[in-house]
Amino acid sequence: MIRVENLSRTFGKLEAVRNISFEVGEGEIFAFLGPNGAGKTTTIRMLTTLLAPTSGTVTLNGLDPAVHPHEARKHFGIVFQDPSLDQDLTAQENMEYHAVLYHVPRAVRRQRIEMLLKLFELWDRRNDLVKKFSGGMRRRLEIARGLLHTPKILFLDEPTLGLDPQSRNQMWTHIRRMNETERVTVFLTTHYMEEADRVAQRIAIIDHGKIVATGTSEELKARTQTSSLEDAFLALTGTSIRAESADPAAQMRTFARMWRR
Amino acid sequence: MGAIYILWLRELKRYTRSRSQLVASLGQPILYLLALGFGLGPVFRKAGEGSYMQFVSPGIIAMVVLFAAMFSGIALLWDRQFGFLKETLVAPVPRVSIMIGRSLGGATVAMLQGILMSAACLIAGFRPAGLVSLPLGLLFMVLIATLFVAMGVAMGSGLQDMQGFQLIMSFLVMPIFFFSGALFPLDGLPRALAAAAAIDPLTYGVDGIRHALIGAGHFSTVTDLVVLVAVSAALVCVGAWRFSKIEV
Repeated sequence: MIRVENLSRTFGKLEAVRNISFEVGEGEIFAFLGPNGAGKTTTIRMLTTLLAPTSGTVTLNGLDPAVHPHEARKHFGIVFQDPSLDQDLTAQENMEYHAVLYHVPRAVRRQRIEMLLKLFELWDRRNDLVKKFSGGMRRRLEIARGLLHTPKILFLDEPTLGLDPQSRNQMWTHIRRMNETERVTVFLTTHYMEEADRVAQRIAIIDHGKIVATGTSEELKARTQTSSLEDAFLALTGTSIRAESADPAAQMRTFARMWRR
Repeated sequence: MGAIYILWLRELKRYTRSRSQLVASLGQPILYLLALGFGLGPVFRKAGEGSYMQFVSPGIIAMVVLFAAMFSGIALLWDRQFGFLKETLVAPVPRVSIMIGRSLGGATVAMLQGILMSAACLIAGFRPAGLVSLPLGLLFMVLIATLFVAMGVAMGSGLQDMQGFQLIMSFLVMPIFFFSGALFPLDGLPRALAAAAAIDPLTYGVDGIRHALIGAGHFSTVTDLVVLVAVSAALVCVGAWRFSKIEV
């Protein structure tokens, strides 16, 4: 369903992704793990047509997103790592706009929006502007929105960041159900190892832009002779904390918030 | 079609919801209108040019449309920073539809602002020469809005941060306004200034509105129309092309 061959991306001198290759089968739940700055999000951006690769190819359901971006976009959905809601709209409007943009049939639109907003306990606040929401509520809305349509491939970039255990549980239950009943292929990144261990059928670990290991959780543990995925992860990627340059987008956001009072 | 409509509606909702922004964006032009309109009135009259309020009102209306249109194009930057741009860019909708929807929304907002400003001008004492040519005035406002929304999109597609926004405001939007002849007649200008006015697309917009509202202008209405339509068409193409190349 997803095939990546010798994919690289450089930003000036920085090699964010170096010559990675992997495959994800149809209906698989695939976890893409790595420390901060390892190249996870850059990879997802290339898989989802938001960034052109420097070299290498990607195939999504038989289509190259760099060549046929519009066709490729019909096959996936994504929950981004950073916020992507419109804060000046209500929760309901954010859902409705997404439904229109993703061609959710009018007949099921209302009912699906209601179901998801109720599932993530946002139904009572559906007519409030998103800017009045807390961080956790925004995150829940973001996930509810991402699940509104049923794509062939669902990308989840650190979806559970900032979510409470209840919401996390709801989310994974729902995603598993989508995966089982509709054969949705799931490509996820997360920093919660137990989560990856629990839901993912296969795991790839990326570090410094390179894939250092691929396999099931059991295989990774066996290979590193560790008893938990967390230990296996640390054995493969080391224990030092990564230096990450400050994200200009994050700085801007802080600035923009001051500006808007 | 659904996508175009929904993105148009979004611009409108954002506009009607932020009352403070609405008031703030009309505050400055109204200040210009009152201070300059009444302040320069006596000098203007002494120079034998008639009523300055009559002269400057079309210019200020054009200014409001220019600012609102440019701003809505550049608002891409906000959407980029707040992430909503990504949400629309990965949607299975042609990027051209996204750009059209946004731009139509921005142009509509700019028109509404322009109409509100026209009302303010009427209150301040501006009197249009006749009612027959009012639709022509509206047409020129539409053209100004389209042209500058497209310019804003073309600029905004490449913007990454606030500094770039400031640069565009000081080195593009303000010169476009000041050189357009919105505040002064174009006759007998120093050559450099006349040249700047001639290459400034807003000049033709202001001139067109003046023709429509006070029945006097520098170029002919046809020249104004042709220039605006041609420049708009070119900028819409550039904007669409730049928008299709956005990476986030």
